[in-house]
Amino acid sequence: MTDTLEKTITVAVAGNPNSGKTTIFNRLTGARQHVGNYPGVTVEWKEGSVRRGDWRLKLYDLPGTYSLTAFSDEELVARDFLLNHRPDVVVDVVDASNLERNLFLTTELLEIGLPVVLVLNMSDVARDSGHRIDTHLLARRLGVPVVAAVGNKGQGLEDLIEAVTEVAISGTSLPGPADLCREAGPATEALAHLSTHSGGLRPDYGPVAERHLKRIAALLPTGESARWRTIKLLERDNAVLEEIPDPEVRREILHIAEEFAGQADKGATDTVLAASRYEFITKLCDGVLRRDKQDGPSVSDRIDRWTMHPVWGVPIFLGLMYGVFTLTFGLGNPVMDLLDRGFTALGGLISGLWPAGGTSPLRSLLVDGVIGGVGGVVVFVPNIVLLFLAIAVLEGTGYMARAAFVMDRFMSKVGLHGKSFIPLLIGFGCTVPAIMATRTLESRRDRLITIMVLPLMSCGARLPIYALMIPAFFPSHLQGPVLWIIYVTGIVLALVGARLLRATLFKGENTPFVMELPPYRLPTVDSLLVQMWTRAWLYVKKAGTVILGAAIILWFLTVYPKPPADYVVPAGFDKTTISSETQFSQLQDPAQIQSAELSYSIAGRVGRVLETVLRPLGFDWRIGTALVGAVAAKEVFVAQMGIVFAVGEVDETSDVLRHRLRERYAPLVGFCIMLFTLISTPCIATFAITRQETGSLKWAIAQNLGLTLLAWVVTFIAFHGGTMLGLGGT
Amino acid sequence: MPLSQVQEGARTVLKAIDGGHELRGRLAALGLLPGTELEVIRNSGHGPFVIAVKGSRVVIGRGMASRIEVELGQP
Repeated sequence: MTDTLEKTITVAVAGNPNSGKTTIFNRLTGARQHVGNYPGVTVEWKEGSVRRGDWRLKLYDLPGTYSLTAFSDEELVARDFLLNHRPDVVVDVVDASNLERNLFLTTELLEIGLPVVLVLNMSDVARDSGHRIDTHLLARRLGVPVVAAVGNKGQGLEDLIEAVTEVAISGTSLPGPADLCREAGPATEALAHLSTHSGGLRPDYGPVAERHLKRIAALLPTGESARWRTIKLLERDNAVLEEIPDPEVRREILHIAEEFAGQADKGATDTVLAASRYEFITKLCDGVLRRDKQDGPSVSDRIDRWTMHPVWGVPIFLGLMYGVFTLTFGLGNPVMDLLDRGFTALGGLISGLWPAGGTSPLRSLLVDGVIGGVGGVVVFVPNIVLLFLAIAVLEGTGYMARAAFVMDRFMSKVGLHGKSFIPLLIGFGCTVPAIMATRTLESRRDRLITIMVLPLMSCGARLPIYALMIPAFFPSHLQGPVLWIIYVTGIVLALVGARLLRATLFKGENTPFVMELPPYRLPTVDSLLVQMWTRAWLYVKKAGTVILGAAIILWFLTVYPKPPADYVVPAGFDKTTISSETQFSQLQDPAQIQSAELSYSIAGRVGRVLETVLRPLGFDWRIGTALVGAVAAKEVFVAQMGIVFAVGEVDETSDVLRHRLRERYAPLVGFCIMLFTLISTPCIATFAITRQETGSLKWAIAQNLGLTLLAWVVTFIAFHGGTMLGLGGT
Repeated sequence: MPLSQVQEGARTVLKAIDGGHELRGRLAALGLLPGTELEVIRNSGHGPFVIAVKGSRVVIGRGMASRIEVELGQP
């Protein structure tokens, strides 16, 4: 019966980005955490729990924010959680070496009126750089418990848990008013004019603002977070305003807010309240914060002299990226091969359960559909895990912000920020994690543009197609340049596409590029592993379930309907294999049977219908049928080509298939096939992740149609341009 | 003068931001508001800026920097 005795405390962990909030959260909850997304928006959301005696602390890691305004999804999510879920305690993690800026969010959290526990994180770094903080005085002034901690070393976390439980038991973080008076020293007297709000000091916005705040407050029902709501309304916060049901009251409030804005100093109407907050913080920190040393150039500044150097910054960045890819593919590929062999063996094992030679739909479904489909995704897991580890290292050390700085010079030319470069680069590995990596972009517009053009970065799954086609059609001295042309075409199209989207669908001024540059830090191994694991698991879960479904559907499309015994395989159906009209039942060669079956199936029929559209590109129904398969995953194209050409099981190294291809198509068509598979229809996993990350089916469909149309146009130009230049012959 | 014309190493005071309600709010939360001291840490003549404000380093795009009006000197 321990469950009934156990009491749960819900705790929201809030703080600025780079305050070490997530490190503390990971330290507290360990592996017992769960990552998800807030419905509708793609802000990552984590929860975990800690047990202490009879208490269970349920922790929610809120997105890192600088304030609780309504300017980004992160901020909306954070404040929605605080206002509507009303956690029992808010743990506010602040970077002790950057106290004043971090306390800005604290003032807002205090105004929301929930019990707060303040954590001075990285207090060792702060001490070493000469910041002396009087935590007792700060606690007395704010009227909340203040805990000094070092998150990455796990110091101070037991104190934190104790403070949280105490606050939850007493239902308030405020020491008794008597306590505060008794402890009040001379420094507190200097703050006497600041409003003393139920025991702790809170910002006072001056007589003019306070008068307007009172007028607004009179129009609102009293209740939880009333003070915070009133302040937000004076700041003309739309989201808070819209929550007021009565349009009459809304108009009245807006009128008061505009009147106030008119009275404030010109040029500062929007920031007059923010300025008051900083004034409050300055007074609050007087006597609390002392600097022993003057700030000279820090270690970070010295490293930045190289990493952000106008000349050396770019090569350093490119070198690191080269390292990331070598790690991802160099270490990942052997494991990937091992997994691939494992799945093949498993397929063989299950196949062996049926009598040899017979056909069984169930066996085919299990081996070709389920194992083939899911295996196709799972083999990429080693690469993805390593890629996420590399990203975690780059983010954890603080280098990611420098990379964005370095690349901004180039990216700004196509109307994007430096930050967009990182996902584009990951796109060479796999589009799915790349789209997930666009979460670091604040502007929704930048995010959408980046997601839309991302599939143009040639991902690893297209490589088997190139590996099959290039040696089939091009002599060895041209193979390298052709591969290079394909990759560069993708990059150029992505950049041009971004520029065009920016000028048409996503018009408007450049979103201002503002980003905090965190100091370099040594990330802890467990925080890297936790981050890597949670993201990789999300990939396996999401892409795995979608791929499984898609694989089964595509398996069905390529297998059914089965041709009847009296089905007459048309003459010239495939000159290389079937010379004259033959009844299906008379076919002997299993490869011929498979080929005839595929041509009779839905996929084969779709391929024939597609032929009319693909003919202008130099493609026939065989290529059309293989393209249907490529929708599941790009590399499936190779296997499908093997089946349509009746050469049986093939991979990208099949010389028989290459020979058949060479017989049938000109090198120009081979090139066009690569071009078309590069640009057209992203795989089903990309479709699913785009839908998830943009929050709407509309963008996923637009991406698919847009890219397929672009593929058609580009391939058309390449085919006819090439033919005119006399490259169409064999 | 606009921040975009300030040399590396110079100390300035923010005077005004040419931008909407939202932009000013976002910058204020990062510590950028009229009356704050800004030190230009990096300005290589092209690409974004790095400034020191309230104890942290902030990267600001060149376009953005031209919309921030500053005055040389300390508050």
